[in-house]
Amino acid sequence: MLRRTLMTTAALGLGLALTGGAALAAGMDHVKACFVYVGPIGDGGWTYQHHQGALAVQEAFGDKVEVQWQESVPEGADAERVLTQMALGGCNIIFTTSFGYMDPTNAVAAKFPDVKFEHATGFMRNSENVSTYNARFYEGRAVQGTIAGRMTKSNKIGYIASFPIPEVVMGINSYYLHAKKVNPDVELSVVWAYTWFDPAKEADAAKALIDQGVDVIASHTDSTAPLAEAAKTNGAVIGFGQASDMAEYKDGPRVSSIIDNWAPYYVKRVGALLDGSYAQADAWEGIAGGEVGIGEITAAVPAEVKAEAEAMRDAIAAGTYHPFTGPINKQDGSAWLAEGQTAPDGDLLGMDFYVEGITGDIPK
Amino acid sequence: MEFGGINPVILIASLMVAAVPIMLAALGELVVEKSGVLNLGVEGMMIVGAICGFITAVQTGSPVMGFLGGAVGGAALSLVFAFLTQVLLANQVATGLALTLFGLGFASLMGQGYNGIKPPPTLSVPMGPLADIPALGPILFDHDWMVYMSIALVAVVWWVLKATRLGLIIRAVGESHEAAHALGYKVNRIRLGCIAFGGAMAGLGGAYVSLVRVPQWVDGITAGAGWIALAIVVFASWRPWRVLIGAYLFGGITVLQLNLQAAGSAIPVEYLSMSPYLITILVLVIMSSGRGRAALNAPASLGQNFHAAR
Amino acid sequence: MLRLEKRPTPSKFWLYATPVVAVLLTMIAGGILFGLLGKNPVAVIRTIFWDPLFGEFAFYLRGQLLVKAGPLILIAIGLSLGFRAGIWNIGAEGQYIMGAICGAGVALALYPTESRLVFPLAILAGALGGWAWAMIPAILKTRFNTNEILVSLMLVYVAETILAKASTGFLRNPEGAGFPGSRSFSSYTAASNPELIAGSGLHWGGVAALATGVAAYVLLSRHILGFQIKLAGQAPRAARFHGVNPERLVLLCMGLSGALAGLAGLFEVTGPAGKISIDFNVGYGFTAIIVAFLGRLNPLGIVLAGFLMALTYVGGEMAATNMGLPSAAIQVFQGMLLFFLLGVDVLTNYRIRSALMGAR
Repeated sequence: MLRRTLMTTAALGLGLALTGGAALAAGMDHVKACFVYVGPIGDGGWTYQHHQGALAVQEAFGDKVEVQWQESVPEGADAERVLTQMALGGCNIIFTTSFGYMDPTNAVAAKFPDVKFEHATGFMRNSENVSTYNARFYEGRAVQGTIAGRMTKSNKIGYIASFPIPEVVMGINSYYLHAKKVNPDVELSVVWAYTWFDPAKEADAAKALIDQGVDVIASHTDSTAPLAEAAKTNGAVIGFGQASDMAEYKDGPRVSSIIDNWAPYYVKRVGALLDGSYAQADAWEGIAGGEVGIGEITAAVPAEVKAEAEAMRDAIAAGTYHPFTGPINKQDGSAWLAEGQTAPDGDLLGMDFYVEGITGDIPK
Repeated sequence: MEFGGINPVILIASLMVAAVPIMLAALGELVVEKSGVLNLGVEGMMIVGAICGFITAVQTGSPVMGFLGGAVGGAALSLVFAFLTQVLLANQVATGLALTLFGLGFASLMGQGYNGIKPPPTLSVPMGPLADIPALGPILFDHDWMVYMSIALVAVVWWVLKATRLGLIIRAVGESHEAAHALGYKVNRIRLGCIAFGGAMAGLGGAYVSLVRVPQWVDGITAGAGWIALAIVVFASWRPWRVLIGAYLFGGITVLQLNLQAAGSAIPVEYLSMSPYLITILVLVIMSSGRGRAALNAPASLGQNFHAAR
Repeated sequence: MLRLEKRPTPSKFWLYATPVVAVLLTMIAGGILFGLLGKNPVAVIRTIFWDPLFGEFAFYLRGQLLVKAGPLILIAIGLSLGFRAGIWNIGAEGQYIMGAICGAGVALALYPTESRLVFPLAILAGALGGWAWAMIPAILKTRFNTNEILVSLMLVYVAETILAKASTGFLRNPEGAGFPGSRSFSSYTAASNPELIAGSGLHWGGVAALATGVAAYVLLSRHILGFQIKLAGQAPRAARFHGVNPERLVLLCMGLSGALAGLAGLFEVTGPAGKISIDFNVGYGFTAIIVAFLGRLNPLGIVLAGFLMALTYVGGEMAATNMGLPSAAIQVFQGMLLFFLLGVDVLTNYRIRSALMGAR
């Protein structure tokens, strides 16, 4: 009972502070940060990385924060219930870590103006207490593409795609453009697995690509199965870690990786809530902000290729290079970006076309 | 030799590996169903087998021990089902589904702390120059031992069911438990043994996923393979060699559709993606339409519990 | 040595007492599990069973029980008719998806018509979609003797692919900037399925579930068709002599369960879920099979079983969030509850006798 009263007063205090305007917003002594995950923490990929971010928040603030989470929350009605429970239960800030939580997040946020909501990978911010955040994974794909283009001997590179959504299409385009840049003869094969996570199917997809002569595989699905399949070729085929570093394959096919690193963002946002500087945001950070990590490039990659890839990484981080810089045509030959023009974020977020040179169609 | 950018030799070699988990699990379930028991918990037993096998292999460093551990794990879980349905006479369909729910959760709990570890490798059986024979080499002589083992197990199950006294008893129990009981057979004990065998086979199939196919432990690793195995038993109309055909057909089309995608086929991806399921249905329709013989092959007492009135 | 002895008639006392015993046993076994995981067993059990009903936030969670139980009950009642007649529709999940796609498709095709007819039309289309999807295994069974377990199960995967195609392709929100997912029904009033009484969790799906429960009860106890269904399951040969046409029964039971699953999908997509998305389905079609059997294939039992399942979902979620339990532990707990419910049920139909006492 006492706890309940305390919580109500805390919420009330926060509400008053907010009505005073952002400039006057007071900090908080204690924040309860809550996380909603779409998969189990043990998925070793997407959810696992978000949970690492949550643990980093606990680590960074110690007693000042309480971290709660809920795994395997289906998108839709169940998400709305979990979010409401969390808001009722006294969470001050709730991170919803999957695109499918967009509508529930906004619906619940409208009912709890004093609770902050942070929705990953979406675009809808219907009320002031909803922020969105995402990572520019396509920047990592540019680095991978560079390595792929240089490393392929068969001039065939592969991509195991999950679902035909802009996020994935963006990754495919970036990967292909940068492979093509360093190796004009390169051809890209895309296999759509129609799943985010099905290790056996991912292994089959990798095998299919290998059977087609592909010798560099990037994947947009979560498991290590493609790397394990590549490992069976005794070094003839290489691949990349996806979502997590997948360091256990470092002595084998994994030559680098894209690491989803949500910790910097989570620590920053919870910190802002604690010190009173919190404001609504639409964050889309990449290599520069630390959200997209490039895992160690192994010795399997020749030094000059490694240097080239790292230069690419550093140029993107420094902001001197944008992976989508014109001239770039769409697959049908129509112009997309003019010479020197960089892609507007809106084009990227809704990307539903391949760039020129990729064969095949995006399933529609 | 290529068709539409697909090399059939490589395709056949791949599908033989892809089909192993569902084939093992389906073979086990076949024996269970032959004895008159319907255990829908295959997915749960598979995933428990996957984690038990993984843990054993990592701890002992031996993949052989791993497969053994997987079989033991699957069998242990199946005993829960056996106790509920054979001793307490609980409904088989519901208990099987509950077993899947329980198994998925239990495996996840057991597997905490085993993420991101590589298990000891299961190597190909060295066949020397045989593996280099064109066409036949990659298909017949270049696999890990579980691939051969799975085929051997099909033969064993076929032989036991067809030609041995044990097989006769199992079939009798599945066809008419009343009659089998009247003849003096311990119906529930025989079924219990079959259920344990089915669990062990599902566990073996699960261990193949976590030790060879993927090889790693992640939550939900079997991703529905147990359901496909259940369908394969029906597809096979309870005949062991048809389990092999069914598993190879399903595995083959799955591999083929991904290969067609990789080769840049003009067929829309979503149709390719549904093709394994649709073609399985189609083939079953063709097979079972021959005056319904296939469907009538179902064990007569399937899904019914037996209680000795006396 | 203990042995079971069949009761001449099922025990009325144990019929009602077994669920209670099972829940108590689950609390003990579950408590041990939670204790082993380092949590306070009493607190966890209280969070699961007590808090959603009478706890601090029960005003909200009670309604949520209805949201969660509604589709389970609706699907399970349809399935139970088939199960009674020995017809195995395992693919309700697929029929649920197709009902949602067809219903949502019709409603979205009429967008932005604000007419009172839109929602009834969508309901009709949803039922038809589920019915049509279930007719495939039904017709294949009656025409070609193809096993309905395999066909209905395989069609779940086909439906999932169509769902992915719908949400990234033909039903995608044209104003959604290329993101997957259809238009949101909450902003299309004519087609939406909102809460009927604020805070109650009751939407048209809940109404349909309860109405179907009553209808099924009447059907089974008062109507000749109900008698035929029961007879076909218990004594197929006798049913034939009684003039029951087995093919007609297959078409009817499959069609009915498909239509109800389709309805559940339609109510879910226009209401709580709010839109067609790639991961719209969450396994109600499979869980409903358990619910049907937990309810002993009896409409009233199914309604109760649906609420019990919903309670473990909602309460389990709270326990996971508030106590930091892995969701896998909740799954194990649910599994144990089902084991106990199914196992203890033996007392309804059997007596336990010690072999010595029972010896003649």
